[in-house]
Amino acid sequence: MKKYVLKRLLIAVVTLFLITLILFVMEKAMPGSPFNDEKMSHAQVAALYRKYGLDGPIWLQFFNYLKNMITGDFGVSYTVQVNTPVTTMIFQHFKISLQIGLQATILGSIIGFFMGVLAAVKKGTIWDNLMTGISVLGISLPNFVVALIISLIFSYKLMVLPGTYQQTQPFVSSILPTIALSTFTMASIERYVRNDMITIMDSDYYRLADSKGIKKYQLIMHHVIRNTLISVITVLAPLMIDLIAGSMVIEKAFAIPGLGTLYISAIQANDYNVVLGITFFYAVLFIGIMLVVDILYGLIDPRIRLDEGE
Amino acid sequence: MTETVLEIKNLQVEYHTEHGDVQAVRGINYKVNKGETVALVGESGCGKSASVKPIMGEKEANQVIKSGEINFTYQTENGQKTVDLLKISPKEVQSQIKGKEIAMVFQDPMTSLDPTMKIEKQIAEAVKASSPQINKEQLNKRVLELIETVGIQNADVVKKQYPHQLSGGMRQRIVIAIALSGNPSLLICDEPTTGLDVTIQAKILNLIKDIQKSRKLSVIFITHNLGVVANIATNVNVMYAGKIVETGTTEDIFFDPRHPYTWGLLESVPDVNEAVKELPTIAGTIPDLTQPVVGDAFAPRNKYALNIDFKEQPPMFEVNDHHYAATWLLDKRAPKVEIPTVLKRRIEKMKKEAEADGE
Repeated sequence: MKKYVLKRLLIAVVTLFLITLILFVMEKAMPGSPFNDEKMSHAQVAALYRKYGLDGPIWLQFFNYLKNMITGDFGVSYTVQVNTPVTTMIFQHFKISLQIGLQATILGSIIGFFMGVLAAVKKGTIWDNLMTGISVLGISLPNFVVALIISLIFSYKLMVLPGTYQQTQPFVSSILPTIALSTFTMASIERYVRNDMITIMDSDYYRLADSKGIKKYQLIMHHVIRNTLISVITVLAPLMIDLIAGSMVIEKAFAIPGLGTLYISAIQANDYNVVLGITFFYAVLFIGIMLVVDILYGLIDPRIRLDEGE
Repeated sequence: MTETVLEIKNLQVEYHTEHGDVQAVRGINYKVNKGETVALVGESGCGKSASVKPIMGEKEANQVIKSGEINFTYQTENGQKTVDLLKISPKEVQSQIKGKEIAMVFQDPMTSLDPTMKIEKQIAEAVKASSPQINKEQLNKRVLELIETVGIQNADVVKKQYPHQLSGGMRQRIVIAIALSGNPSLLICDEPTTGLDVTIQAKILNLIKDIQKSRKLSVIFITHNLGVVANIATNVNVMYAGKIVETGTTEDIFFDPRHPYTWGLLESVPDVNEAVKELPTIAGTIPDLTQPVVGDAFAPRNKYALNIDFKEQPPMFEVNDHHYAATWLLDKRAPKVEIPTVLKRRIEKMKKEAEADGE
């Protein structure tokens, strides 16, 4: 197991290096510069370039960037929040995205899970059809439409929840975005759990377990749900990354100062360090969660457990 | 006196499918007596499994039991009790019958154990289902005992393992251990050796035979392989297209087969002593059971078929008081048809071997 984790970490380091390199080169190749202000003279821009070390050869810039990165310094913002360290900015914005994303993941997966279990256990009945209907809606309605509908109802008509994000009441103002964000996860998990459970309930080992004469709930809990959970974890992880990374659309719709919003403004303003920093952060997040998932997967599924030798 | 454990009367099972209603089981009758092994033999799709599923209360959404009775007799604290398994509630089947009185050994040991659960837990679950009061110590002992019963030596190692760490033969032994955990009186084996290597097959068969003898179990043994039947069954029911076409003791079926379908099945058992270029097969395939069958379902594939075979379903003709066959060839008016010479030779040889064994 240790060996496996080490190997994965090593691959992760190489991947991160390559992502940084490619992105660095691409950014420099892009037209425009962070200092696209018409009011500035050439001399002023050149001075800024010198100040931020953007005037040297590209390999030297990259080398310097890497060197600083290893010490945890991702540079400062050039334009979006001038001279603020990128790490500080990511941390501030990510806090909000993470909170809403986690809430949405938890809400979506729990509701989706129970809906899926209900649909599978009551397969072919009105319950199954109802759950299918809801999840088809959840998958096919874009989340900004859901966002508009629920803010129309709860914020504009009923006026019970704020329609835009307020720093002073972070939880209350996160309720609507959480719901809007969770619909897709809920629907996907419902579909997945239902199909997986039905496959399992058709399997030979379900028949055998059933032939033991154990109680129905025991059969479902021990043999069906346990095996379903294993596969749910693998689909849940990428969905979760999507959510906590900060949905740009939802953040825009509810005016949430999250990471997605920051990413867009940084790209529009050619704020090299911020874009690089956020991308790097996303990559670490993705690789990290996938690694955790693989380890978790091994813990609950003995077939995949990697320390077979023990 | 022979006690009847299970009696199936005129069982008819249908499956609703997109292509129409498949009449999988078209009215079958048979009995299983205490300590007997009854084999159900036939090609795939002839309704063998479909006819035993209702015994275990296995219901599929598209399955309809059109008619029939499944009378099961078992011992309770208050003496003998007979129930119609089709009439009592699914809950009662689940809590009183399944795993406790009737247990099942499945076809494919590679997929019939829960891949994410340790062996001991899978057995313990079955033990607990039949004796809920058992304490932890007794439970552990019982699990070890069961693993040893099925001929596994290092029980304390095996019980800690997961199914994927065991071979097919070992897994099937575990499946048998699970089936035995509730001390059932009837064991249904649905092609228990089909998924196994030939060398393992014999071992598993012997195991089932030993267990059947030592526990005086009644066994329903489903297989498509007549070769397997010979050394395990006391009675044989040959099934074709959802009906029993010939029934008798194992000797009746092997030494004096009457139905052309049984001939075909017997001919297609490979014999190492005969130099044949090509193994005989039964030409054609089983009929489409979504259409009503007119006459004998086997007639189109039967080279001995008479005109009447295409018009009227043959009744069960009595050969002797335990041997019946549904073929018009047994009618008094039918022309005399000799059984195929190859088969005849083979039967003579088998008889001699059997006599030699007996001496």
